[in-house]
Amino acid sequence: MSGLIGKKVGMTNMFTEEGKNLACTVILVGPCVVTQLKNEEKDGYKAVQLSYDEKKEKHTSNSAIGHFKKANTTPKRKIVEFTEFKDVASVTVELGAVLSVGDVFAEGEYVDVIGTSKGKGFQGVVKRHGFSGVGGATHGQHNRLRAPGSMGASSWPSRVFPGKRLAGRTGGERVKVVNLKVLKVLADQNLLIVSGNVPGGKNSYLKIEK
Amino acid sequence: MEFIKSIEKQINTKAVTPKFKSGDTVTVHYKIKEGTKERIQLFQGVVLQRKGNGATETFTVRKISGGVGVERIFPLNSTNIAKVDVNKQGIVRRARLYYLRGKVGKGARILEKRQFTKAAPVVEAPSTPEVA
Repeated sequence: MSGLIGKKVGMTNMFTEEGKNLACTVILVGPCVVTQLKNEEKDGYKAVQLSYDEKKEKHTSNSAIGHFKKANTTPKRKIVEFTEFKDVASVTVELGAVLSVGDVFAEGEYVDVIGTSKGKGFQGVVKRHGFSGVGGATHGQHNRLRAPGSMGASSWPSRVFPGKRLAGRTGGERVKVVNLKVLKVLADQNLLIVSGNVPGGKNSYLKIEK
Repeated sequence: MEFIKSIEKQINTKAVTPKFKSGDTVTVHYKIKEGTKERIQLFQGVVLQRKGNGATETFTVRKISGGVGVERIFPLNSTNIAKVDVNKQGIVRRARLYYLRGKVGKGARILEKRQFTKAAPVVEAPSTPEVA
């Protein structure tokens, strides 16, 4: 699975030739540097490690500086591994190789985007798990509109089963959105425009897989 | 924000957007597809508001059709809009003319801005470069 690391820029819309109005997300993608090639003998599995986004050397630990020096590059902020990385046509994937958006993605392809969703804090079951609440707002009902309802049966099992969906911290978790169509690749500006939405806020890191 | 506005201009191919304000009377030439055929439908009325900015901007046009008020919202940059004619320029004192909804007949009139010079009322925005 080949892919790259990117950063969300924001959302806008795009009109097709047929007059369709498509909501789309703009992603700043790459250029990513291959910083490590993992192999079966040494690491136990095969993977390609890509790094993205510049970082100051004074904010980088010496061990990390050494790691980036091996690939003959400057320190980077985000490091992501890709297992079963397929070769791209224009660049050979080797240590220190630079992959940009035009090398990997093309217009009309479908990609998966992985990111961290926006944190929503402590939320009730209606927002968190899509419960419909208990009863109605009127007819003398009181206080139960967004309640979780029953916790389970009574004397047997006399306990709440593990995994019972309850209120709690919501969002801020890894989310994968599959099959987003690539509407446009602006290779000179390292931009990728995909249809639909992707997880996370602006400037959040994204892993884009093909 | 600036950055995404510049991208919007590059990805939307429509080069010319018509210039008009709320209170103007316009005719929207809207492309309609029926099977394989394409024809143009006209929608003439008063612009109630322009909403949003950049590629997502829309405008609302209101007309009275058969005694019933009809409003239609068009995306400004839609490729289905063949053109927008400005028939009259109105003089209004607010940007959103929701008050017109409650008025009929004489009360729903808008003062017209007279053109004393021979300048054309339709001013077209400079074209934006298209990026493949």
